[in-house]
Amino acid sequence: MLEQLNEIEKSAMDSLQTIDNESSLDAWRVTHLGRSSALMQVFSGLGALSKEERPVVGQAANRVKIALEAAFADKTGAVKKSALERSLNEETLDVTLPGRTIHVGRLHPSTQQLRRVLAILAEMGFQVYTSREVETDEMNFQLLNFPPHHPARDMQDSLYVATEERGDNPILLRTHTSPGQIHAMRQFAAMNPKDPPPIRIALPGMCFRAEQITARSEVQFNQVEGLAVGKGITLSDLKGTLVEFAHRMFGQNARTRFRASYFPFTEPSAEMDVECFVCGGKGCAVCKNSGWLEILGSGMVHPVVLQNGGYDPNIYSGFAWGMGPERQLMLRYKIEDIRYFWGNDIRFLEQF
Amino acid sequence: MKLPISWLKDFIDLDGLSVEDIARKLTLAGLEVDGIQYVGLPMPVYDEGEKHEFKTSGIAWDKDKIVVAEVYEVKPHPNADRLTLLDLFDGQQQQVVLTGAPNIFHLKGAGKLSKPIKVAYAKEGATLYDGHADGLVLTMLKRAKIRGVESYSMVCSEKELGITEEHEGIIILDDDAPVGMPLADYMGDAVLDISILPNMARNANVIGVARELAALTRRELKKPTIKFKTDGESIEELVSIEITNPELNPRFVLGLIRNVEIKPSPYQIQRRLKLAGMRPINNIVDATNYAMLELGEPLHAFDYDVLKERAGKKNIKIITRPAKDGEKLVTLDNVERTLSSLNVLVCDERGPLSLAGVMGGLESEVYDSSKEILDAKGVEIKDGEIPQGKVSIRSRSTANILLEGAAWNFINIRRTAKQHNLPSEASFRFSRGVHPALAETGVKRGLQLMAQWSNGIVAPGLVDEYPLKPKSSTVTITPKDVKRLLGIELSVEEIVELLERLEFKCKIRGSEIGNRKSAKKAKPITSYESQITVTAPPHRLDIGEGVVGVADVLEEVARVHGYDRIPSTTMADRLPPQIGNPIHEWEERLRDILVAIGFDEVVSYRLTSVESEARLGITGDYVRITNPIAPERSVMRRSLVASVLDSLEHNIRLSESLSFFEIGPIFQPVKNDLPNEPRKLAMAMSGLCDASAWDVKDSKSFDFYDMKGRIELLLSGLRYTNVSYASTDSVKYLHPGKAAQIKIDDQTVGVFGELHPLVKEKYDLGDAPVLVAEFDLETLRALNPTYAITPVTEFPPVLEDIAVIVDESVAASRVEALIRQTGGKSVTNVRLFDVYRGDQIGSGKKSLAYSLTYQAPDKTMTDAEAAAIRNKIVKRLEQEVGAKLRG
Ligand SMILES: [Zn+2]
Repeated sequence: MLEQLNEIEKSAMDSLQTIDNESSLDAWRVTHLGRSSALMQVFSGLGALSKEERPVVGQAANRVKIALEAAFADKTGAVKKSALERSLNEETLDVTLPGRTIHVGRLHPSTQQLRRVLAILAEMGFQVYTSREVETDEMNFQLLNFPPHHPARDMQDSLYVATEERGDNPILLRTHTSPGQIHAMRQFAAMNPKDPPPIRIALPGMCFRAEQITARSEVQFNQVEGLAVGKGITLSDLKGTLVEFAHRMFGQNARTRFRASYFPFTEPSAEMDVECFVCGGKGCAVCKNSGWLEILGSGMVHPVVLQNGGYDPNIYSGFAWGMGPERQLMLRYKIEDIRYFWGNDIRFLEQF
Repeated sequence: MKLPISWLKDFIDLDGLSVEDIARKLTLAGLEVDGIQYVGLPMPVYDEGEKHEFKTSGIAWDKDKIVVAEVYEVKPHPNADRLTLLDLFDGQQQQVVLTGAPNIFHLKGAGKLSKPIKVAYAKEGATLYDGHADGLVLTMLKRAKIRGVESYSMVCSEKELGITEEHEGIIILDDDAPVGMPLADYMGDAVLDISILPNMARNANVIGVARELAALTRRELKKPTIKFKTDGESIEELVSIEITNPELNPRFVLGLIRNVEIKPSPYQIQRRLKLAGMRPINNIVDATNYAMLELGEPLHAFDYDVLKERAGKKNIKIITRPAKDGEKLVTLDNVERTLSSLNVLVCDERGPLSLAGVMGGLESEVYDSSKEILDAKGVEIKDGEIPQGKVSIRSRSTANILLEGAAWNFINIRRTAKQHNLPSEASFRFSRGVHPALAETGVKRGLQLMAQWSNGIVAPGLVDEYPLKPKSSTVTITPKDVKRLLGIELSVEEIVELLERLEFKCKIRGSEIGNRKSAKKAKPITSYESQITVTAPPHRLDIGEGVVGVADVLEEVARVHGYDRIPSTTMADRLPPQIGNPIHEWEERLRDILVAIGFDEVVSYRLTSVESEARLGITGDYVRITNPIAPERSVMRRSLVASVLDSLEHNIRLSESLSFFEIGPIFQPVKNDLPNEPRKLAMAMSGLCDASAWDVKDSKSFDFYDMKGRIELLLSGLRYTNVSYASTDSVKYLHPGKAAQIKIDDQTVGVFGELHPLVKEKYDLGDAPVLVAEFDLETLRALNPTYAITPVTEFPPVLEDIAVIVDESVAASRVEALIRQTGGKSVTNVRLFDVYRGDQIGSGKKSLAYSLTYQAPDKTMTDAEAAAIRNKIVKRLEQEVGAKLRG
């Protein structure tokens, strides 16, 4: 009996040696450890043995079973490992084939830039204020201290809307977002006409000028204005606020320069230049060799404008500034043709 | 404005200031220098990486190699008829120089000149512009043999030295030019190109800029001393003036100069005029232009004898008045102009003489019989653009000049210059405001220059009508105002010092310490509350009164103090009420969702044409532009769908799949009032559902349900729940069978569908279906829902598929609604996963297969419970829509 067990063990072990795949392993297990295997028959034959033989053979059979199972487990591990190695070697992709993509939507570059600007302004406490795009001459010009026929109107050629005769107050497409200053001041002042609350707003929106559409000029463009009105707001606050804005917008090391300028609705007025971020101020085509980029126009809100907005200029003061998101993008990305913005060519849009 | 530095030097000492220093100071003070053109002076040299400051062009003249020389004989060239050889002395040695200059040719062979000619002489190795090249090409002067004669140097034309484009003749300098002096020292220059802001018209002249620079650098302004001899009968005996409307013509001044000899102005004067952008004409016209550029007062010279003749035996009487409608005047550009009552005329008793402040008349202009050349006043001068074909009635050159300096209403001049399309140096200045005080100074300066350059004799006196003096603006400011608006602490004395530099008159009063006299020794004599009464100088019209005047004066304080010296501070005021902008925020959310579901945002022109939108069948009134820049941009859009379709059309061949959206206003006209500007969302898509790839082929095209799915995503992203769709055939641009209204709580918020085939034909949109959607954002936003998040249960659901057979006519949405209603809270999801039609279920029928999720919130749903619910659903469907459960 014991010899038979040794035979069983040896032949099982021998046949296990030759196995190199998982299906043969399964077959081996059925043959050598399955219900009808020789080893199992030894177990089932134990009852027929004498009392003395039974424990001896039982123990031996158990030892063989344990040995075969251990060998089987080892072999299974080895076979699986080599099968895995084989498949890893075989399953090699051409990683250079292009991937399958999905279409991802994009915001228009102007929206992206408006968001950047408005996000910074929001953190600085300036809330978004929007107003209409078609305005009266009164809102767009007169209340902003551009009297009829004033030379400053040369700076902003307007597109007029056909109406019946309206004298000095025709309807036009707003040439800047500044009518929103009057709308906003009046709205805020109405909250408490005797002591109007302070204002800090950002005015984004589309503006229009009677200009031919060329690489350098457009009939419509976005503008963002900032407006702060309150008690004790000074020109030095204007400088401080705009320098902070420039640092957020163009980097903490952005150098700025303030030049005296003229806008009818601010006084004193200033132009803020930022050191050219294309050439670092050394001079290049983008900054026309000046090292500076004109980024925004600004100034202390003109007393007439404060008055027209319901704020007493003897008590209140404020500042405003305006800038163009498309111009900022053109400078940043060296875009040479402003017509790309409303052309909506996907080859342009895709680059943002 | 182009300003030669040499001219500036007449009025301010520039020692120690480089051209760049000057440009920088002016730029920061609001006189922005757009560029610097060097014409002889040394140019700045930038090292690699060094910062530039200004757009720079031009040429520096080498001091060793370009000098003043004198020609004492013009000899013929042995081998060339058209060339001459100049014997000249360059200050060190005799030279023989070859030239083909026509303006010296007439002296060929005349022997030794009685008076030597001064020229600009360039030696071998000098860098010059090539006189014969197109445009500006720098070249170095090299030794060469021309027709057998060795040439190693040259006499220069203006082009070669970068003064003008003129390259035919050589420069003939003034007689007093010092021989041997480096030309750069004699007349090296740099020209600043300065932008004049509308409120700085007072600085559109040399003195104005010099005054600013003097204030900015604390230097002295050397005002010109105007002195000349007078002789003969006083003008006051000969001429009178009548001003009919002082509002239009506050002042009119006339002077008289006799026996002028019309000839070219001195070369240095011509050079300055050229660098300033004006064409020299003759000494008289040049004197008017020179005085204008220098002082800012445009002048006009009349031929006195022409006026005298017109007046007959009477004295000359000048009348200024508005023109009569339809009145005619031939201006000196030989154009007959039909005038309107808007225009103001300078007339005599016979009729109009000139268009006031804008352009002179032909008949009385200064006439030079030796040259059929026009008075340049009022004409924009370009090289080689002398109007041709003029025949003068006069045979004799002008000898006696009546010189006009006047003040006009700037708005009137502006409108007149625009009406007749006559921009000029004079109308540029008059249309921005010239102080009447300058009329007198201008006439005197003009007479002085004419006397100097023409040997004329000025008649004693001026005729000066000054009916409307401008109010001199007086403003009171305090150091407290300075602090309140500029944020800087300046003492009274500092403020006064700053303002006096710009010639403001200041008086200090109201010192709280008390009487100024007694306090003089005790410091301080002034305080924070002290008042400074400031009066604007008599060349300024830009200082207002009251609170506006305060702002005007404070701006000057800030400018002269220097914007760069104002500190940067943080606003100390309380924070404003937070009102936010819910509309803007909501639209931004819409954009984010649309981008997330694959749409690209476009932004289109608000301006379009009726024809373009007519393709969509849009009719009715438009917001029309009276002065459109182009016919295709002549109205404001009324359809946002039209805008996105334009973008789709533009890109249709650029991509296999396009999905666009735009958010923005459309414009609906309101009679004689502001239009409505409702905000809309438009979406459009066309092309392939899936991006093709090397193993993805034959992707299907977007259809109705692709658009619908995206709309569902958009609306569920915005948390709308009670959304329903109803077919519609009333949207003109949509396919009547493939169009739907989108409803929320039974309110229509938008429509979508496939573009109508007939509409699509009008666009170039390819073969694939085009899907469009349009939402009214105001309606949609008004329905903005509140919502809560449903808890996520831990208990497992029961999933089950059921298929029901219904008639074709039964809408899928109805079946789904019945399932949801019947299932109630226990059915948490209903998803249609198959629609089948075929013989197995009979014609006119369809099978709808749904995947249902049964769920109890607080326990595990059993199969039996789920089956009970399903049975209820099936029964309900049988009753309501005659559905049969498919086995
Ligand atoms: Zn640059």
